[in-house]
Amino acid sequence: MASRPGKLTVMTDTGSGLIMTKGRQISLYPADAQAQISIRGLGKVFPRGLVEALKDIDLDIPAGQFVSLLGPSGCGKSTLLNAIAGFEVPTSGQLLVDGRAVSGPGPDRGMVFQEYALFPWMSVAKNISFGLDVKGVPKAEAAARVEMLLAKLRLAEFRDRYPKDLSGGMRQRVAIARILALDSPIMLMDEPFGALDSLTRRTLQDELLRIWQEFGKTIVFVTHSIEESLYLSDRVVVMTYRPGTIKRDLMVDLAHPRDPSSSDFNRLKRELSQLVMEEQTRSEGLLPTGD
Amino acid sequence: MMRRGWWRGLLRGVAVPVLVVAFWQGLASLGVVNSQILPSPIAVIERWWAYLAPLEAYRPAEGSWLAWVFSGELPADAVASLMRVFGGFAIGGGLALPLGLLMGANRRVFSLFNPLVQILRPIPPIAFIPLSILWFGLGNPPAIFLISIGAFFPMLMNTITGVQTVDGIYIRAARNLGVRPWTMFTRIMLPAAMPYILTGARIGMGTAFIVVIVSEMIAVNSGLGFRILEAREYFWSDKIIAGMFSIGILGLGIDVAMNSLSRILLKWHRGLES
Repeated sequence: MASRPGKLTVMTDTGSGLIMTKGRQISLYPADAQAQISIRGLGKVFPRGLVEALKDIDLDIPAGQFVSLLGPSGCGKSTLLNAIAGFEVPTSGQLLVDGRAVSGPGPDRGMVFQEYALFPWMSVAKNISFGLDVKGVPKAEAAARVEMLLAKLRLAEFRDRYPKDLSGGMRQRVAIARILALDSPIMLMDEPFGALDSLTRRTLQDELLRIWQEFGKTIVFVTHSIEESLYLSDRVVVMTYRPGTIKRDLMVDLAHPRDPSSSDFNRLKRELSQLVMEEQTRSEGLLPTGD
Repeated sequence: MMRRGWWRGLLRGVAVPVLVVAFWQGLASLGVVNSQILPSPIAVIERWWAYLAPLEAYRPAEGSWLAWVFSGELPADAVASLMRVFGGFAIGGGLALPLGLLMGANRRVFSLFNPLVQILRPIPPIAFIPLSILWFGLGNPPAIFLISIGAFFPMLMNTITGVQTVDGIYIRAARNLGVRPWTMFTRIMLPAAMPYILTGARIGMGTAFIVVIVSEMIAVNSGLGFRILEAREYFWSDKIIAGMFSIGILGLGIDVAMNSLSRILLKWHRGLES
């Protein structure tokens, strides 16, 4: 480190558009006012074992973009998503959503969990309307919205079922509907289809694309599947293994519906595979000494 | 096919009880044991009927037919015992539920109350008998006190565990939906802990039923526990056994009722319905 932390007024150009002040990094660039999610110099160190999960993350996500965070497990992609959601407090840097610093979880950033996280004591319809109920949306308006979503996600005939009686794919549809009900501009998804079989997974991916186009959401999607990230997103952000930094920020300019067997798709897939495998190998090399 | 299977099941179910009763009747008929020690099943049933039936002939002028049907000694005792169970359970469980919820949800409250709870919990409710008589004398108050102690601890321990083991993912999901603390408590923590709470209620009810019989043998002059102890003083072994069977049937009834209440309240819960 060029500067000794703790010493006042020491400012060093790190050469990456970041300056160091008292050991903390502050970006030289102002946060992007256009971007819906604007991240500057974000870092997260977990106190246990001093694991540096995130380091110097700079990321701007404009409204309506579908971004995938891609990388091997342990690369901090879920930590980054949880920071945007407000579940994790970053140790350094700045995180703005719609120009305001994130201070905790909120319904403007709906989260879809891999484990579905539906409330098992509520029926499908109740699960979807719960957020509206909490928000204080008038009953009639909430009911109409729930009806619309039940129809949209083909859940109408399961409205009175409990989550335990639904398949994994069906549960994840309910979880998506629950977030859509809130009408939040941002949808955060943490490996939402990771636990599903490949056929259900494809159906839900197509459904998600349909929803994204219809509702115009900003989606931040965490996955470790290269193909999934390419099939769905406008932009793939590849992350490095410990510390989690951005390795590559790739725009995917392929028209929907995408054909995973096309040459363009496979060219990008090879490129991403190369990048992800490098990190995977690094993570395997680091693991034994890591703990 | 279904019918045949059902009959076979019924046959299998009654086979052992019928054999045991037949053996018992055989012992009594052959005079192997003194009838004062072990009366015959027939004598027990006769006595049970006499215990159950109204003491006086039906006189329409004095009230309804239904009241007359239940005017026997056994119905009155059963009602007296049940009232004590419900009263004691309401007090014990009613105090244990809010305390358990608080202790489960708040670390500080837990560390304040847990030492005391751990010291008092292993004391069997029966051991409170001398103190309860000293404090409350005889009659219903000491009985209700003992029953509420019996119901209190199972309910408390299960409620604490239930709240403490609420899956963090529900809390995260709820926070994400913008749920505030009070709503979190009433609409997430409470229902999520409900399986444990109901198990606590069921165990507490079972304990309350044990304690009611004991406390009736000591402190009061009515109820099933009192009746079988009274019968012993007269050497009415047939009535003792008839009373015991009545206690068994009532206990089974309470357990079945608690179980179906759980089934209704937890119809969302995995594993309860097969």
